[in-house]
Amino acid sequence: MASNKKYWKSVEELNEDSPIVKALQDNEFVTEIPTDEFLGNKSALESSSTTRRDFLKYVGFTTAAATLAACEGPVVKSIPYVVQPDEIVPGIANYYASTMADGFDFANILVKTREGRPIKIERNDLAVNGGSVNARVHASVLSLYDKNRLTGPMVDGAEVSWPEFDTAVAQKMNEMVGKDVVLLTQTFASPSTSKLISEFTSKYPNIRHVVYDTVSCSGALDAFQNKYGTRALPDYDFSKAEVIVSVGADFLGDWQGGSYSKGYAQGRVPKNGKMSRHIQFEANLTLTGAKADKRVRATPSQQLEILKALTGGSASGLPENIADAVNKAKAQLQKTGGKALLITSLPDLASQTMALNFNAGSEAIDVNKPLLTRQGSNTEVMNVINGVVSGSVKGLITVGVDPVYSFPNSKEFTEGYKKLEMTLAFAMKQDATASLAKMVAATPHYLESWGDAQIKKGTYSLAQPTIRPLFNTRQFQDSILQWTGNSKKYYDYIKENWTTSMLAGGSWNQALHDGFIASDVEMVMEEVNSAAEGTGMMEESTSNGALSAFMQEGGYDLTLYTSTGLGDGQQANNPWLQEFPDPITRASWDNYLTVSAADAEALDLENTHVSNGALNGSYVNVKMGNVVVENIPVIIQPGQAKGSVGLALGYGNTAVGIQKEMQTGVNAYPLYQNFSNIQKVSIEKASGMHEFACVQLQSTMAGRSDDIIKETTLEIFNTKDKEYWNSVPVTDYDHNEISVRDKKADIWSPFDETVGPHFNLSIDLNACTGCGACVIACHAENNVPVVGKEEVRKFRDMHWLRIDRYYSAGESFKEEIETLENLPAFDSYKVVEVPAYENPEVAFQPVMCQHCNHAPCETVCPVAATSHGRQGQNQMAYNRCVGTRYCANNCPYKVRRFNWFLYNENDEFDYNMNNDLGRMVLNPDVVVRSRGVMEKCSMCIQLTQKTILDAKRDGRAIKDGEFHTACSSACETGAMVFGDVNDKESEVAKMKEDKRMYHLLENVGTKPNVFYHAMIKNTTEV
Amino acid sequence: MKKVNFIHLRSKLPLLLLVFLLTFSTTIYSQDTPADVASAAEAVAAPADAGGDVAAGESLFKANCAACHKLDAKAVGPALRNVADKYDRDWLYKWIHNSSALIASGDPTAVKIFEENNKTVMTAFPALSETDIDNILAYTSQPKAEPTAAVAAPADGGGQNTGGGVSNSLVLGALALIFLLLVIMLFLVTNTLKRIAEANGVVYEEKEKRTPIWKAFVQNQFLVLVFSIFLILAAGYFAYGYMMQVGVDQGYAPVQPIHYSHKIHAGDNQIDCNYCHSSARKSKHSGIPSLNVCMNCHKNIAEVAPETATPEYSKEFYDGEIAKLYKAVGWDAANQQYTGKTEPVKWVRIHNLPDFVYFNHSQHVTVAGVACQTCHGEIQTMEVVEQFAPLTMGWCINCHRTTNVNLENNEYYAKIHEELSKKYGVEKLTIAEMGGLECGKCHY
Repeated sequence: MASNKKYWKSVEELNEDSPIVKALQDNEFVTEIPTDEFLGNKSALESSSTTRRDFLKYVGFTTAAATLAACEGPVVKSIPYVVQPDEIVPGIANYYASTMADGFDFANILVKTREGRPIKIERNDLAVNGGSVNARVHASVLSLYDKNRLTGPMVDGAEVSWPEFDTAVAQKMNEMVGKDVVLLTQTFASPSTSKLISEFTSKYPNIRHVVYDTVSCSGALDAFQNKYGTRALPDYDFSKAEVIVSVGADFLGDWQGGSYSKGYAQGRVPKNGKMSRHIQFEANLTLTGAKADKRVRATPSQQLEILKALTGGSASGLPENIADAVNKAKAQLQKTGGKALLITSLPDLASQTMALNFNAGSEAIDVNKPLLTRQGSNTEVMNVINGVVSGSVKGLITVGVDPVYSFPNSKEFTEGYKKLEMTLAFAMKQDATASLAKMVAATPHYLESWGDAQIKKGTYSLAQPTIRPLFNTRQFQDSILQWTGNSKKYYDYIKENWTTSMLAGGSWNQALHDGFIASDVEMVMEEVNSAAEGTGMMEESTSNGALSAFMQEGGYDLTLYTSTGLGDGQQANNPWLQEFPDPITRASWDNYLTVSAADAEALDLENTHVSNGALNGSYVNVKMGNVVVENIPVIIQPGQAKGSVGLALGYGNTAVGIQKEMQTGVNAYPLYQNFSNIQKVSIEKASGMHEFACVQLQSTMAGRSDDIIKETTLEIFNTKDKEYWNSVPVTDYDHNEISVRDKKADIWSPFDETVGPHFNLSIDLNACTGCGACVIACHAENNVPVVGKEEVRKFRDMHWLRIDRYYSAGESFKEEIETLENLPAFDSYKVVEVPAYENPEVAFQPVMCQHCNHAPCETVCPVAATSHGRQGQNQMAYNRCVGTRYCANNCPYKVRRFNWFLYNENDEFDYNMNNDLGRMVLNPDVVVRSRGVMEKCSMCIQLTQKTILDAKRDGRAIKDGEFHTACSSACETGAMVFGDVNDKESEVAKMKEDKRMYHLLENVGTKPNVFYHAMIKNTTEV
Repeated sequence: MKKVNFIHLRSKLPLLLLVFLLTFSTTIYSQDTPADVASAAEAVAAPADAGGDVAAGESLFKANCAACHKLDAKAVGPALRNVADKYDRDWLYKWIHNSSALIASGDPTAVKIFEENNKTVMTAFPALSETDIDNILAYTSQPKAEPTAAVAAPADGGGQNTGGGVSNSLVLGALALIFLLLVIMLFLVTNTLKRIAEANGVVYEEKEKRTPIWKAFVQNQFLVLVFSIFLILAAGYFAYGYMMQVGVDQGYAPVQPIHYSHKIHAGDNQIDCNYCHSSARKSKHSGIPSLNVCMNCHKNIAEVAPETATPEYSKEFYDGEIAKLYKAVGWDAANQQYTGKTEPVKWVRIHNLPDFVYFNHSQHVTVAGVACQTCHGEIQTMEVVEQFAPLTMGWCINCHRTTNVNLENNEYYAKIHEELSKKYGVEKLTIAEMGGLECGKCHY
């Protein structure tokens, strides 16, 4: 039952005597404003040249000056268009369907533009099989306005014009005739680009095309190619899977391109008493592991054994608990038959083939229409690296990839790269490769370009520009057209290509409007690699060697992963993503080595909280053969498999084009040897402590622990009464216990909520995967400022919407708490080592302003800056706020954020709001808050008001589904549903009547307009 | 004896003043006469007609031809004055009835004209009878009205006055002068009386030395207290009043880069506000029209009519402003084509709401049906637009408190109206009752 469990956010909270935890429960900000610092030091005060009189003079002068300055209003200019484009009406947003395909993230999107500026990315609900609009895709609109972008083509470091650049390239190409030149590109998955590149390579036969995926899926691609003949990735429909067993695969994260969370969530919401069962064997604690019904910790070397055992081998060699879990999982897989799914992230061909063969009969796998979002082959890429290092490759053209940064043996490669006769980089920013390349072609952002993509076979997507290029850039395809002597623009090329093949007589305009088209017309995609080998089997190549070395004893198993925020690191310059707290560790602006508590103790590594609650961690050096990565900070991660460590790729890029503030973390690519995500390393402690910007101790709901997370098992959910597992809290009234929902329990007179819409937001904890798309969508919609690492460390982050991550012990909790209580205080940390704490269960809970009907914040505001609306929104008038912060103190949910500084036009916060380019992303319908005011979630009142106004203007009633907030429309899994509960037919009204519904901290009596659905876990074993 | 003199002076003074006043008052009305003269002269200038009805021709010309042709200047088509003399009458009939056919038939004159005018096809007017065309040609054959009388008239009155505003201030100045004279005279009179009294040996009694009034006031503490309270209250009242108008720019009428007269457009020519401010119906912004909207009409209106000119703003001034528009939009009026060289007009924004206020025009214009004038004043009479409303929050709120929601024929309100009227037992609802006073409705 829910209330028996203890939920905790940080290991520190398990330490009963931690003064920091206590202090944070009492105060949102534990450090006092340091008045002593500037008033306590008497000698300093006396030596100061400012006397009291002077001080008063200054105060007087500034007040008078400010008053005088305020008297004269500024002259505001309004500049209309000379010729207004037909489609633009100032003040009205236009939406364009487009496609993001940056080689790592592929997604069908809608781009919201205002006055010709893209300001937000939305999901394209029309599109099916359109990839996943994750946090990075949402944030990509800010990368468009990156002030560090390249502004024009360069030859030998000097900016030139395009004709000059073309001449230089042509000259070089002529010199290079007969010499081996490699065109190294990202995966485009684009039929037109593919065709174009084959035209290019046939014109210049000395150029060969090699696809390089920064984060490789080569093993899975090889396995699929061997079995089904196409170089692609199988697509899975998790909603059809009744049993999911994942061996290391973080399929809710970026495993094989991600995009599975929607289907997964569908199967995870109990319907008719049924839901899927998910068993996860993994080393790092991932999003997927966090959502699993049963998570078993296993190091990568154990994972290989597990996979073998699951696919028919024996589990005898494994530790007892794992062997037990494996046998049970195996039994379940066998019982479920065609509705079972076994997936793995082990990089080698053999493992991938094993999983693929196992799934061959499953209903949940789609091999006829596979995904084309990864194409790279490790062998080919290794050949390129070796060729460059040895000097057999004479020229390298890179497109959308940054090999100097991301190649594992970057050092030797860089030496070789510098010696190449021809180096040409297509790049958006001055990345590591572009800084060394002799010729740099500045490319536009995808929101400025034309493009097409075939994300999944049979579904073609179009990308269209939504803004005129900001800089003197030309997209790769246009350059290629130019160099192959084709006078067409890429737009015409795509259009011609589409009309002659996949449109099959359909309308181009319709396809462009929808952003995609489903067509069975086969587009001849350039067979990138393995062409030489023909149809022959892909050989187990480099990764095999790595894996066999991997089986040796000793050392630690390193699992490299991509973080939810930064992915492969392409968008490192994006402050929204940098400040996005990792869903698991809740740390931002960093990557780190996650180690288990046992290993940390053995290595004498520690995580400490300083007096204000901020986290510090030890440094380690990670060694792998000759490769040493120094000074990686450590986070002790509950749930990390003993003997394993984890590290995120994509950080530590120190190229010129990366802004100083964004050069965070350490570069883990040197450890990505042979493009294998699992490695054997040795670890030694380094000196010093790292300061993290980690918010996991923050916003503790003032020490209250009841009614935060409610969870139960499917069995109890199906068999027991709602009162048993989701009871409404009670309170004393007239010496009787009454429900807090009873009117008598209320000291406030109710608001009139019956007329007009009354908004409620429903959040399903079962469907929420913690992906964070809502957090970034909220950022973009509401002009939430970025505060930087130092400020986040002080818990001054401005996220209106946070995703709290709670750990909880499993069923054995009761025993443990007794043990814990009987122990001497100082030993309690050691008790953390009991298995339940080592492998906690995880719950994600998005928390934003709960829009209480009886809001504690409203009653304490001395200036009535926050008040209640009839539509259920708790409103915040920023211009009225004087910044007393009483409201934040009185908020039981700790969702109010205070503007400690001016975050726009302030050089101290040199993020997007500090330059004209970056400010173009601001939403003109939402005010930018100034210093000294409180802000919080408004339930996107600008959007609800817009919906109402549109209906009024059309003179019609509002249908269900028209109201939405930024977070609810960003939520792919359907965890967030927003709507009008006065409309009894609406989805949200039905959700409110659901028996899983509960309110956060309901016993406080705030009557929130946000409600949650209790989490159900399917613990049924066979 | 001297006394008598002064009596004379007193009796003469009012008379003198009256005369002084009348000298100015005559000039005030003198400006009206030239205008009458001018219109009379115009009527006379219209000469007798030769081969058609000039009046009918004029109305036909304005209805059918004026969109592309002017009498004396090239517009889309060539200038038409005396066109009847240039071409054969039958040829003209053919041309006007269907010019394309004429060009197609290879008529050399027709082809030449077609090519001279950028190969713009002239609309065919098969409906015009030959009499109609005769009438039009009669109108175009009018000799150019020389603006002799119109020019002469201002010359008559020009030296004496420069408009009503100036003469008003002259009257005021004169009045002030008279009062000054009066004061001086009074002073002189008392002085003289005093001297007379002294001369007559009248001795004034020395007044008893009393406490000066200010001293008495200072000594009376109660009075001081009351007075200071009053002073503080008064100061507070005025200070408050002063402070409250800080940032309120009611009456703000900045000089604009192009002198655009709403009076001429919205008033005299009755162009609907929404024609130019079209986004007011559907967007939060009313929108400043882009220059291509101006060119919808001004492509053909390169100059204002002589009647448009006012004493303050001459025809040349207005024509100059239209030239500014042409420059900004890159319109070469002589060759009737766009040059492509544009420069956006930097209008000075008059109605400035702070960033933290959300205001939506379409809500007020389309949904509520509020007339533009309610908030923007009698815009159709404003030569120079000024901020009419204070645009303070109190002003918004007052309107929301007193205005009823326009519930009729709007399906959106149907359910809400039913529920609310049941609840409050009223038929009409103010915006405030609908929740229009909530902070979050305008501040987010």
